[in-house]
Amino acid sequence: MDAKDILGLSKTALPIQEKKSKPPKETQRKPDGISREVYALTGGLAPLMPSVDVNQLKRKAQSENEKITWQWLPFTNSARKDNLQLYHWVRVVNGVPPTGDYLFAKYNKFVDVIKYTDEEYEKYLVDPAWTKEETDRLFDMCERFDLRFIYDLRFIVIADRFPSSKNVEELKNRFYSVSRAILIARAPSPGDVVGHPLVKEPYNVSQEIERKRALSMVLSHTKQQERRDVEVLAEAKRIAEARKAAKAAEEPELSVTADAGHDATDRAAVAAESLSPSPSTQFPSATVANPVSETASVLASLHVLQVYLRSYALEQMVQAASSSAGLRTIKRVEQTLQDLGVNLKPKVPTRAVCAEHLELRKEILTLLSLQKQLQYKEAEGSSYRDGSYAETPGTPPPKRLQHAADLDRTFTPDPLSYGGERIGKRDQKRKGPGRSEAPSSPAQSKRPRKYKASD
Amino acid sequence: MLKSSDESEKKNLARKVKDSEIGVPIVYGNIAFWLGKKASEYQSHKWTVYVRGAGNEDLGVVIKRAVFQLHSSFNNPTRIVESPPFELSESGWGEFEIIITLHFHSDVTDNPLHLYHHLKLYPGDESGPMSTKKPVVVESYDEIVFLEPSEGFLSRVKNHPAVIVPRLPADIILPPVPMEDVDKRKRGDANDHPLSQWFDNFSEADELLILAGARQQVQAQIARLRRQLSLVDGQPPQLKAASDL
Repeated sequence: MDAKDILGLSKTALPIQEKKSKPPKETQRKPDGISREVYALTGGLAPLMPSVDVNQLKRKAQSENEKITWQWLPFTNSARKDNLQLYHWVRVVNGVPPTGDYLFAKYNKFVDVIKYTDEEYEKYLVDPAWTKEETDRLFDMCERFDLRFIYDLRFIVIADRFPSSKNVEELKNRFYSVSRAILIARAPSPGDVVGHPLVKEPYNVSQEIERKRALSMVLSHTKQQERRDVEVLAEAKRIAEARKAAKAAEEPELSVTADAGHDATDRAAVAAESLSPSPSTQFPSATVANPVSETASVLASLHVLQVYLRSYALEQMVQAASSSAGLRTIKRVEQTLQDLGVNLKPKVPTRAVCAEHLELRKEILTLLSLQKQLQYKEAEGSSYRDGSYAETPGTPPPKRLQHAADLDRTFTPDPLSYGGERIGKRDQKRKGPGRSEAPSSPAQSKRPRKYKASD
Repeated sequence: MLKSSDESEKKNLARKVKDSEIGVPIVYGNIAFWLGKKASEYQSHKWTVYVRGAGNEDLGVVIKRAVFQLHSSFNNPTRIVESPPFELSESGWGEFEIIITLHFHSDVTDNPLHLYHHLKLYPGDESGPMSTKKPVVVESYDEIVFLEPSEGFLSRVKNHPAVIVPRLPADIILPPVPMEDVDKRKRGDANDHPLSQWFDNFSEADELLILAGARQQVQAQIARLRRQLSLVDGQPPQLKAASDL
């Protein structure tokens, strides 16, 4: 019945609309120098924006002052040695052809390969690893394969054709050191040559080899490695930014914006370095945004707002406090709150209630982490144990269900029942060297023996 | 170089009190009456959406105007209410989200605040058939926090029942404020509101009690676990910080 009514209503609505729109459309068609059909191509309306006619008009006006013709003229190329004359189209302005050399002649670069005399060789260039013939051969090839110098292919060509097998770096080294030595030797005074690039930066063989090796490694990175690098850098950036936010919150004057930009990249690099040594171990806990800095940035953002709802503020603070916790942990916190009869979002969010709620959540996080630690220790202990523990109830796996059940038990009015028996049993456990917090000393492994007595 | 006393007074009033905040507890929501026999297809309920002080105090002391943004199917869906009580009544059949934007007086802050309330007309499974006598009521409690209030604002509201002003640093001297028109204030409060019988009572005491109990339990658990951990470690109990996470 409702549907019919709705349809009925809307049916009458549509025809009315159509009638209204048609008459105005008819009167709008006014061709202005264009046929009606062409005008309709634009949608029946004038274009909203002019196409870039304005700029084009200017250029045409300019060219009307001068007479431009195109002529088929001969030209020579100074880069050629044979005076070959070719023809091409030339833009002639007012009857005056353009002057200057062929446009592309400047790209014909040569390298001045140094030619040394035999005397000079004896004096400066003797090297244990190189015979004179080899050196001569090298320089001869360098001269022949000159143009390819820019792309370094020359040395590859030379290395390929060289009679005794010397690799590219060695050839380059010899070439540069010889050239350098000759330069220095021929210079009237050392001061003259100091500016020359050959003298300033001598060729460093080992560095070059290292550099090329690194390049090839990067090139041959697998997709997985690339992805990991990107992740690590993103992590570093996030950490750097979290630190920056914490700092910004502490110092209200944000006058350090210029430095901050620079610092951020530095810190990202440092953080990336510190992260990269152990990427595989870091990754499971990769999203470590320090809760303290997150809280500080929340406070800063609230400060900017000036006015906000307390429930909103609490939400943000809860998020900040749980920033380092995974989704599973957060779900466990919420489950715990429900078990305790606490609303996930306070019904009456006064200042006191919000403060208590936040503290409660933090305490639950602490509780859960302690439980996890205990779990780990139990698991560790069990790997040293023999079957003696098999009969006792309440051993580690299945962990989560186990501890959830424990939680339920404790929240009954009789809390003492929880701890009693288990502590006793735990005493008997074998304990390996202590884990994270306790520094593992050799004495540690001896101590558990004290507790072994009751076995 | 001589400033008129007016100008310097204005400056003083605009000065912000650092590290302090003002809280205004509010309740916002809707009351909806089913129209029963008089209900038509499109006007089945009569409802009122409102923002009131949590104790029915007059919010006009901080709120300049409230803007209720209704569903686009309503005529003039943007309804502006310029004076207390900040409420809006309408009739309709649909439930939708209403955005309530609060604009505050100029000495309070220039930033508006948004509240989101889902209009509820139908009682849902638990409450049985609809009755014209008993309305559907949904209210939410919250507190508006004003950070670093200006001295002018602070002095204006410090004795107002709608506002929670924390203890101020002893050296703060607030400028005097003209005597309040007590009658005017009473007119804006919601105590005599015809709908006030349906207003919910929000008490923080219950919630605080539950929270305190919960915290106690959790703390006891934590202590127990720490003892166990230390025994397992073979070391004397240590105070471990929460940042061990």
